[in-house]
Amino acid sequence: MPPAIQIDQVHKFFGKLHAVRGIDLTIEQGEFFALLGPNGAGKSTLINLLAGLLRPTSGTLSVMGHNVVDDYRAARRLLGVVPQELVFDPFFNVREMLRFQAGYFGRGPENDAWIDEILEGLGLTDKANTNMRALSGGMKRRALIGQALAHKPPVIVLDEPTAGVDVELRQMLWQFIKRLNKDGHTIILTTHYLEEAETLCSRVAMMKQGEIVALDSTRNLLDRFQSKQLKLKLDPNRLPEELLPLKRAEENGYVTLGITQTGEIEHVLTKLRSADITVKDLQLTEADLEDVFIEIVRGH
Amino acid sequence: MRGLYTLFKKEIWRFWKVSFQTVAAPVMTALLYLLIFSHVLESHVQVYPGVSYTAFLIPGLAMMSLLQNSFANSSSSLIQSKVMGNIVFLLLTPLSYWEFFVAFLAAAVVRGLVVGLSVYLVALLWVDIPVTHPGLILAFAFLGSAMLGALGIIAGIWADKFDQLAAFQNFIIMPLTFLSGVFYSIHSLPPFWQKVSHLNPFFYMIDGFRYGFFGQGDISPSISLSIVAICFLALSWLTLQLLKRGYKLRG
Ligand SMILES: Nc1ncnc2c1ncn2[C@@H]1O[C@H](COP(=O)(O)OP(=O)(O)OP(=O)(O)O)[C@@H](O)[C@H]1O
Ligand SMILES: [Mg+2]
Repeated sequence: MPPAIQIDQVHKFFGKLHAVRGIDLTIEQGEFFALLGPNGAGKSTLINLLAGLLRPTSGTLSVMGHNVVDDYRAARRLLGVVPQELVFDPFFNVREMLRFQAGYFGRGPENDAWIDEILEGLGLTDKANTNMRALSGGMKRRALIGQALAHKPPVIVLDEPTAGVDVELRQMLWQFIKRLNKDGHTIILTTHYLEEAETLCSRVAMMKQGEIVALDSTRNLLDRFQSKQLKLKLDPNRLPEELLPLKRAEENGYVTLGITQTGEIEHVLTKLRSADITVKDLQLTEADLEDVFIEIVRGH
Repeated sequence: MRGLYTLFKKEIWRFWKVSFQTVAAPVMTALLYLLIFSHVLESHVQVYPGVSYTAFLIPGLAMMSLLQNSFANSSSSLIQSKVMGNIVFLLLTPLSYWEFFVAFLAAAVVRGLVVGLSVYLVALLWVDIPVTHPGLILAFAFLGSAMLGALGIIAGIWADKFDQLAAFQNFIIMPLTFLSGVFYSIHSLPPFWQKVSHLNPFFYMIDGFRYGFFGQGDISPSISLSIVAICFLALSWLTLQLLKRGYKLRG
């Protein structure tokens, strides 16, 4: 079984700007994968290279074993991409657009049932006959997602599908996408809402300045970094010398210490007691993907 | 094949949904030209023996409208989807550059033929004109609309903004059509300008097309047909190269 996505040593220059710098990445079929990174990291560029909207300066990309340049017809048939920009064709209504889009991929009336399913899954059923121009921004985003799914591609790439979308749709959308994943579709998404990536995706790549700076399962990433934080309100408000290296932040009268295991709490409390400092409040929080993200992006 | 057919159908539907603008309006414009020019010149000008000036004007006007509308169809569709950004929906598909070309070209031909035929039919209300060589008429109509459809694809790909496309239209398409002998026979021009006219491919389209109706023209129809066919093939080749390279479409 070829991987859903295989990227080897891909570079992309825009003039002098080196936007993608030697990316290697393999995503297996059936994965739910997140591509994260700050603005300008090169996520969309990488996706556009996969989709054939851009051509790599060097390196190769393939979708389920089909090279996106040499064997582009097969590769594109297997791929559905939701572009980041909110674009639409003002001439047609939602259903017409979805039918046309499926038609470009060689699908005809036999595909109509699937289109109904998309409309249903994205909450667009009652907008099916509305002109694209007359849809609200969030509705346009839904239609855009629908267009990428119209030919029922096994590999689905969503470039910030939840930007500008209300809570209700986000849940509806993820429910629908999770179902597709369960049915065997590979899902790759970018998002700036890291809790989405944390709850949905089993594996994460983090990009920065055109490079992948972390690639691991979501669980491992969370474990690998200082995964717990101890927030303390102290009286008097100062830390003994020995605890200063653990200090991560201080705000609103709380000081935050980073620890790796729960056992360390005992050690911290002992030190405080022997320095005659009283603990007035204590909170223990698990680090989330956002902390890991900040750590990694700052670290490189 | 279904992909190509879908794109063709979409392109047809796109102009048909606004047919008031894309068909009725150009027919109206052509009729205004017909009324004004024939009113002013009918009694002063006779180009061919036995052919009234109004009759002479009709094939030229029909061809001119056909050419302009074929060009408008492919060029405006492309520039609109580029400016709106929805061209990505096509670029994401497995459609090959050949299919892309054929679909846009075929839709441009249909639009050109619909407008040209409408001008002809409405003009028949005023004057009846003979149809001497229907095969030639069809051949020139088809080649002319295909050639301008291809030119429209090139212009649509090249232009980044509407005003660049308008410049293409105003500084290339319009002068070439107006100076092609729609309103006059080039034999009425001084020798130098006759020579210049021979460099204008639109002249051959108009003259050959008109020959199909009246059985007389400024130049042999087989020469015109060859020149138009060569121009069409050359433009098609250029268009296909641009599409294949993804010029201005895939970065
Ligand atoms: N067509 C282009 N021409 C020139 N530079 C570009 C082009 N597209 C992207 N870039 C540049 O490449 C870099 C990566 O951009 P990209 O859109 O891939 O970032 P991103 O990770 O998707 O960011 P965001 O989270 O903001 O969407 C940026 O510096 C951007 O300015
Ligand atoms: Mg992006």
